[in-house]
Amino acid sequence: MKMLRPSRMERCIGCHSCSLACARQVFKQLSWTNAGIRIHSSGGITTGFEARTCVACDPAPCAAACPTEAIIQRQGGGVRLKQDACIRCGACAKACPVDAILISPEDGLAYLCIHCGRCVAYCPHECLELAEKDSPFCAPDSPYEDACTLAEK
Amino acid sequence: MAVHPFRVLHVRLDQGKGQVLELPGRAEHLGGSGLAAMLYQQFGDLTLPALHPSQPLIFAIGPLTGWFPLMSKTVCGFKSPYTEEYAETHAGGRLGLSLRFSGLDALVLTGAAARLTCLVVGSNRMEFHDVNFMKGMDVFTTGKHMRRYGKSNAGHRSTLRIGPAGENQSAFACINVDTYRHFGRLGAGAVLGAKQVKGLIVAGDRSLPLPENKNYPKLFKEIHTALTATDMMRKYHDLGTPINMAVLNGIRALPWRNLQATTDACIDDVSGERFAEQLLLRKTACAGCPVGCIHIGLLRQLFAEDHNYLYRQVGYDHETVFANGSMLGMTKAWKILVLLDEAEKQGLDAISSGVALAWATEAFEKGLISEKETLVPLKWDDVESYRLACVHLGLASNEFYRLLAQGVLKAAAVYGGADFACVLGQEMAGYATGENFFISQAMGFRYSHLDSAGYSYDQKTKDKDAAKAIEFMIEDEKARVMLCSLVSCLFARSAYTPEKVHEALIATDQPELAEALDSSVEAIRRTRWRLKLQSGYAPEQVQLPKRFLEVETWKGKMDPAYVEELKTLYAQKIREMGA
Ligand code: SF4
Ligand code: SF4
Ligand code: SF4
Repeated sequence: MKMLRPSRMERCIGCHSCSLACARQVFKQLSWTNAGIRIHSSGGITTGFEARTCVACDPAPCAAACPTEAIIQRQGGGVRLKQDACIRCGACAKACPVDAILISPEDGLAYLCIHCGRCVAYCPHECLELAEKDSPFCAPDSPYEDACTLAEK
Repeated sequence: MAVHPFRVLHVRLDQGKGQVLELPGRAEHLGGSGLAAMLYQQFGDLTLPALHPSQPLIFAIGPLTGWFPLMSKTVCGFKSPYTEEYAETHAGGRLGLSLRFSGLDALVLTGAAARLTCLVVGSNRMEFHDVNFMKGMDVFTTGKHMRRYGKSNAGHRSTLRIGPAGENQSAFACINVDTYRHFGRLGAGAVLGAKQVKGLIVAGDRSLPLPENKNYPKLFKEIHTALTATDMMRKYHDLGTPINMAVLNGIRALPWRNLQATTDACIDDVSGERFAEQLLLRKTACAGCPVGCIHIGLLRQLFAEDHNYLYRQVGYDHETVFANGSMLGMTKAWKILVLLDEAEKQGLDAISSGVALAWATEAFEKGLISEKETLVPLKWDDVESYRLACVHLGLASNEFYRLLAQGVLKAAAVYGGADFACVLGQEMAGYATGENFFISQAMGFRYSHLDSAGYSYDQKTKDKDAAKAIEFMIEDEKARVMLCSLVSCLFARSAYTPEKVHEALIATDQPELAEALDSSVEAIRRTRWRLKLQSGYAPEQVQLPKRFLEVETWKGKMDPAYVEELKTLYAQKIREMGA
């Protein structure tokens, strides 16, 4: 099973193109929060960005916690989401170990990644990939510079 | 479908209250630049001074903000304490999307708070926090303390704040937006300071349904692809705008040492290429823009023996590098970052502060001022003196710095040296390309290189056909008025042609706006010029300081007769446009 992996977040420029693309295509909204991936600055904008998204648990605590089967286990990790069946209880979000589920304060529904990969192409720096869950994390794809490139002082 | 009214949050700081207003006029005023002008007409009073508490400070987005890539800017409309004219300044960061996701087209602040305040607004929030403890705090420390008020929206909010310069009501005071972007020019930071607002958080905390229109995702993809997959944006995200440093130096069009020269052999040490090799740490983007043009340099400083370093991350671009680099005779790129970092902390517009210190250095050399005024000896390339001078500018440490921070010509009126003041309406932008640029900045609506591409016209055309040149500027201005009302980043101007904008408005179910586009843009331009003329702007009286006529570029000496011709013609056109 393929899953969305934010493998190269060191490259992230914080443009929110991914979350906007997910909200637009998967959840049919204009939003930077009601999406399967959300971009946060890691402690003030000066230290780069982090992606908050599902890590595709197997078994998935969120699915176990969901009382109405709005969230069900996907074979190979991660879950399937049926927002229609969601009763806005928030149990999944509490169960998720990585805070990947947003209970939207607007509609009370659960928003999480379904690993469809539709955001990937919108990232300008290939921070994201859709990869086999067990495949090795991608190696650096460009050579490290050997010289120290810091300022003279 | 009926046109939606504008949704505007009006905050009355003097009363600690506010209202959401629904105002008609979307098809005529579009948004951004047009909406800001409309709101100024409603809330402002041109007869009152710029820093009068009742003057509005307006932040406006447009009909395409957030809906398409690079529709990521916000227009700030206000009466400028620098010129006492109606003015605009633009910024990116996360503010555009945060306003969109707060369900607002604009935010208007009027009145002044009784004590220093941090204001938080969002789709369902309006809070006034007493932040008296932030008095005099620099921009970075202020930002850190402000985080407590926006915790629940980490990453999905915008943080605006001023530094000491804003609190001291300096005409060089900027408003810092999300650390690396600014409402930089013409003193918007002083207006916020006069309102006793140290910081403003806009929480982008709600979402919007997509337009019914099936074409929307398709058009989004097309525009996104055009902007990312082709070379269209390369110059902005590769070396960034500092690529201009070497290019302009090569054609003898880069201002050096207060525009005493237009080229210098040490360019290689301060060029965009040098920054990229030595100092570029990473790039970052405005929310909603995949280009990522914001270049951040790493400034490493030895603070104690035994290899004890600290580091800072400092944003840079062509304008700030020119003003604090070539203009100050800097011979090393890292020195420029030192000054940019200081200007950032003080909350100064780094273009104006750099150009002002260049003037002060020449005045110092000529004996018009001495250390009695400048407190530190000013000398080209002397980074530590300049850094201290920058602090004095921010703090308005004495009468000299207080005056200088109101504009170079204000200081020159007292100390002399107006002939070599590099002022074109305000301190110059980084192009000594020739007569067309000088006139376009000196007379343009925002006194900016962004009003029209006079600098590129200079580089393309050698003939001296004033009518043709002015026609170019006016046509170019029109395209920019449209973009600034949408509100698009001007770097996307080749992607957002009027035809594309038309399509985008239709795809977002705003056909009335598409239909009226051409006439609304003309009307917006008229309103903007009218406001500026009504506030006392007299284009006929614009003067270029002598320095601009002495300078020699690749075209040779400036031609005073051609300058006069341009000026007369442009003044006429401005009068017509604002009639
Ligand atoms: S949403 Fe959270 S708990 Fe559920 S599968 Fe993803 S990471 Fe695991
Ligand atoms: S993989 Fe699909 S569901 Fe997950 S964040 Fe991307 S677009 Fe959204
Ligand atoms: S699209 Fe890529 S660069 Fe932009 S915020 Fe998402 S992960 Fe970061």
